Amino acid sequence: MKPYHYQRARDIPGAVAALAEQPNGKYLAGGTNLVDLMKLEIMTPDMLVDVRRLTSDRIEETEDGGVRIGAAVTNSDLAADRTIRSCYPVLSQALVSGASGQLRNLATTGGNLLQRTRCVYFYDTTTPCNKREPGSGCSAIDGHNKDHAILGASERCVATHPSDMAVAMTALEAFVNVHGPDGERRIPIEELHRPPGDEPERDTTLEHGELITAVDLPPLAFASNSKYRKVRERASYAFALVSVAAALDVEDGTVRDVRLALGGVAHKPWRATKAEEALRGEQANEANFRAAADIELEDAEPLRDNAFKVPLARNIITRALLELSEER
Amino acid sequence: MSTATRVPGRAIGAPLDRIDGPQKVTGTAPYAYEHHVGYPLYLYPLQSDIVRGRVAQIDASAAEALPGVILVITHENAPRLADTSDKELAILQSDEVAFRGQYVGAVVAETFEIARHAAQIIKISYDEKAHDVALRADRDDLYTPDRVSGGFPTDTEEGDFDEAFSSAAVKLDETYATPMEHNNPMEPHTTVAVWEGGDLTLYESTQGPHRVKAKVAPIFGLDPSRVRVVAPYVGGGFGSKGLPHANTILAALAARKVEGRPVKFALTRQQMFSCVGYRTPTIQRIRLGADEDGRLTAISHEVVEQTAKIKEFAEQTAIATRMMYATGSRRTTHRLAALDVPVPSWMRAPGECPGMYALEAAMDEMAIKCNLDPVEFRIRNEPEIDALTGLPYSSRNLVACLREGARRFGWEDRDPIPCVWREGRWLVGTGVASATYPVGRQPGSRVRIRCEGDGRYAVEIGAADIGTGTWTALTQISADALDVGVEVIDLKIGDTNVPFASVAGNSSGITSWGSTIFEAARAFREQHGQDPSEGDEVEAGMPENPETDNYAMHAFGAYFVEARVDADTGEVRIPRMTGVFAVGNIINPKTARSQFIGGMTMGLGMALHEESLVDPRFGHVVNHDFAEYHIPTNADVGEMDIVWIEEEDPYVNPMGSKGIGEIGIVGSSAAIANAVYHASGIRVRDLPITPDKLVQ
Ligand SMILES: Cc1cc2nc3c(=O)[nH]c(=O)nc-3n(C[C@H](O)[C@H](O)[C@H](O)COP(=O)(O)OP(=O)(O)OC[C@H]3O[C@@H](n4cnc5c(N)ncnc54)[C@H](O)[C@@H]3O)c2cc1C
Ligand code: SF4
Repeated sequence: MKPYHYQRARDIPGAVAALAEQPNGKYLAGGTNLVDLMKLEIMTPDMLVDVRRLTSDRIEETEDGGVRIGAAVTNSDLAADRTIRSCYPVLSQALVSGASGQLRNLATTGGNLLQRTRCVYFYDTTTPCNKREPGSGCSAIDGHNKDHAILGASERCVATHPSDMAVAMTALEAFVNVHGPDGERRIPIEELHRPPGDEPERDTTLEHGELITAVDLPPLAFASNSKYRKVRERASYAFALVSVAAALDVEDGTVRDVRLALGGVAHKPWRATKAEEALRGEQANEANFRAAADIELEDAEPLRDNAFKVPLARNIITRALLELSEER
Repeated sequence: MSTATRVPGRAIGAPLDRIDGPQKVTGTAPYAYEHHVGYPLYLYPLQSDIVRGRVAQIDASAAEALPGVILVITHENAPRLADTSDKELAILQSDEVAFRGQYVGAVVAETFEIARHAAQIIKISYDEKAHDVALRADRDDLYTPDRVSGGFPTDTEEGDFDEAFSSAAVKLDETYATPMEHNNPMEPHTTVAVWEGGDLTLYESTQGPHRVKAKVAPIFGLDPSRVRVVAPYVGGGFGSKGLPHANTILAALAARKVEGRPVKFALTRQQMFSCVGYRTPTIQRIRLGADEDGRLTAISHEVVEQTAKIKEFAEQTAIATRMMYATGSRRTTHRLAALDVPVPSWMRAPGECPGMYALEAAMDEMAIKCNLDPVEFRIRNEPEIDALTGLPYSSRNLVACLREGARRFGWEDRDPIPCVWREGRWLVGTGVASATYPVGRQPGSRVRIRCEGDGRYAVEIGAADIGTGTWTALTQISADALDVGVEVIDLKIGDTNVPFASVAGNSSGITSWGSTIFEAARAFREQHGQDPSEGDEVEAGMPENPETDNYAMHAFGAYFVEARVDADTGEVRIPRMTGVFAVGNIINPKTARSQFIGGMTMGLGMALHEESLVDPRFGHVVNHDFAEYHIPTNADVGEMDIVWIEEEDPYVNPMGSKGIGEIGIVGSSAAIANAVYHASGIRVRDLPITPDKLVQ
């Protein structure tokens, strides 16, 4: 681990100002991802600005009937929150399916959104990786890529985003509030993470020094009929092979509205808009669910080791929607 | 008393709590790294990031300039070793690199953090040569080793296999594969090396303190009396700590350069995947032939596996096939590919574990071909004598295990047709497999017994407790051997300052050490009687067991498993496993049960999770941490129904016990694979059975 400076700011503007001066500085929250990466010198910040006690650690109802989640709320607290469990079960389920109890106690909402890929080549400084070292090449494209992307990847990078929480938030059309050197802004979560394109070293659209302060969940009545289904290689404590966050609004057997997002398939949480469109106004039945999933997955470009993700994604989309339509 | 006569005891068989339990739970049992040594330094290794070639240049200037860095040791300044015949251990003696991850140097610093950072900024350039790390069965350079591990013949031939197979009424010809797997004990390999006036002390995480001493002394040109190895508590080994690896030498070499200050070296989890051994991947072709009644007439087991170019390790994968079932003809072979890879080594039940996976999966397939229940098929092919030696078994209760397991598990009404039992989205199935493991014995152990006054006895033997419960079990054995209570026994193990003990491996510890304790106790009572005086002492060596000439000695077992396969996703869950074992007398039911649970859980991991993925371009294991190298979590382990049948074996040793450390992993992965087939109708023949292989 490269030696670094550690700083605690007095308030949010202070933290933002401190980091703005440090082009190679980073915010530190729970540290469950950043510190691991620092130990391996995959990330070598000169300065850590500890924001753990700075941003809110509260979950509050907003005026419009939605929920505001402070960036410092831990994954455990968020998963256990009554409102989240009853109004947005998909989010609670996504959180408890991630990591382990100990990690969730430490991990924060802001840090979870910005955790970095688990690509094994990214995690090893001795192998080429465009994300870690731009221009060095992508070892995964012709290497072990079972865990990698089938949608929206580029020739430069085929990594996936590992967060479960972010997939649920994507289905819920959350907004991410940030405070940066140029003031505050509110970003639709779909615009937070980016496709790898030519710059896989950039995971998100955040500018240097922008601090996540909170995540807003807009009100969504049918989110109470939502669920998260994660497929992984063991029963607990593993990243998703593929996951789906789904919310379904059915009336008289017809799909009124639906939200679908996939994890483990792309560089960002993948909002399945094509499938959603295909379903609105259609009969809520297995054949239609399956057909909609197939439409979303038409563009899939599997790699050497991950063709299985296509049928897997199709099956769990179908199953999740079926269960949601039956449970209603 | 003949050594082979069992002594009816009081302590043996009692479910005694671990005597070291309170210390472990309170964190006061010192593991290697935790020994207090004055002013230690910390070592972080430099590992090659090429596979093959030479170190061209090392630029350590920035590292050496860091405050707190005491030493950068490489082949350029390392002390010469006196004995470099073992190429795995002859590190830093030249610029040559023979596998990726090989130690090419180390940093020694005042803290672990400084050492690690310094190591990360040292620049090493290499002259790289082409390399080859890919095991395939169709390689044209496979060779036949002289012998396989354990000293067994490489190939065997019994009867005319070709003729018997070609004329068999029912035939099976399938290939099974197991991946590279890495032993990952909870405590990574650790050495604390201290040189004092030319004497070397190693606080070591090892399965055999005396073995480390014997191996290390000549490498440093020392008389063995000048080396002491201390290992009172060891956080697991699973074979990877059975022999010293290069990490021990590296720590001792570095410590020699900074004489006067101890050097501590604990591997990180990532470093566990390069230099401390692993289970070779195997490719196993099995052919079975049977007559119309389902009696085997031909068995062939041909194994292809890998070894390192620098040192041969030939896993004895097919040996269980040589004795497991009766057959008219039999062939077993082992072929090796010598690759630019780290040296494979022992991992829990080397040989039997991967071999019995393949054989027992094939037996399941063959039972179906023969239209027989897989339990009945195995019973039908039960041999009368040991085919390997021609001797009768001292006891062989495989059939009893199969019957008892079937009864407990509720096997009777099983519909053999796969993929018909559905509960919601779960496809449900059941599977069975047999287990076996030889009664391991290793020569040479010695025990010293001394009367300490007040009716107390010191019992000393340099054995290791690698978490299995040796402290407790040997205390129980000592009590019965001396015919006293466990509370008056002061056991001393885990130190080469007490008499020689063979390694904790091959499930041989209790047989070897326990027999020696019985022998020493007998000699003690003979010399000093029932009422000895303080200071009365005896030392005795391990007795021969003449019965080994008359009987083949093996433990047996059977597993019954329920598997559930998610029809949508291919996820596999194992809600229950039954294991029934015939392993002679159980010394301590509590510690024994944990050995079986551990073995079966490791078998579960082998079946469903574990796989070291080597990238042939870079030559290393890419999933080298616990986020990506999966072992079972608690949530993966369902109900474990574990029992042992009454088995009186008067021939094995004075305790009547057979060794239980490894048998639980032998065959358990096959039982799971067989259950997954029965549930899903998909026969996966390359482990692990991950969802991608089942999803449709
Ligand atoms: C073994 C293991 C298994 C795991 N399994 C899963 C899993 O199955 N599913 C899953 O979703 N996750 C998993 N995780 C990841 C875990 O969820 C993340 O590590 C965690 O959520 C990160 O949160 P943190 O607060 O610790 O972030 P940190 O490590 O502190 O920070 C992560 C990144 O976010 C930045 N950052 C933090 N807070 C802010 C902020 N307020 N504004 C701007 N930038 C910020 C930091 O600079 C850093 O770059 C696993 C982690 C481990 C170690
Ligand atoms: S997929 Fe992306 S993260 Fe992985 S090696 Fe390629 S560039 Fe690096």
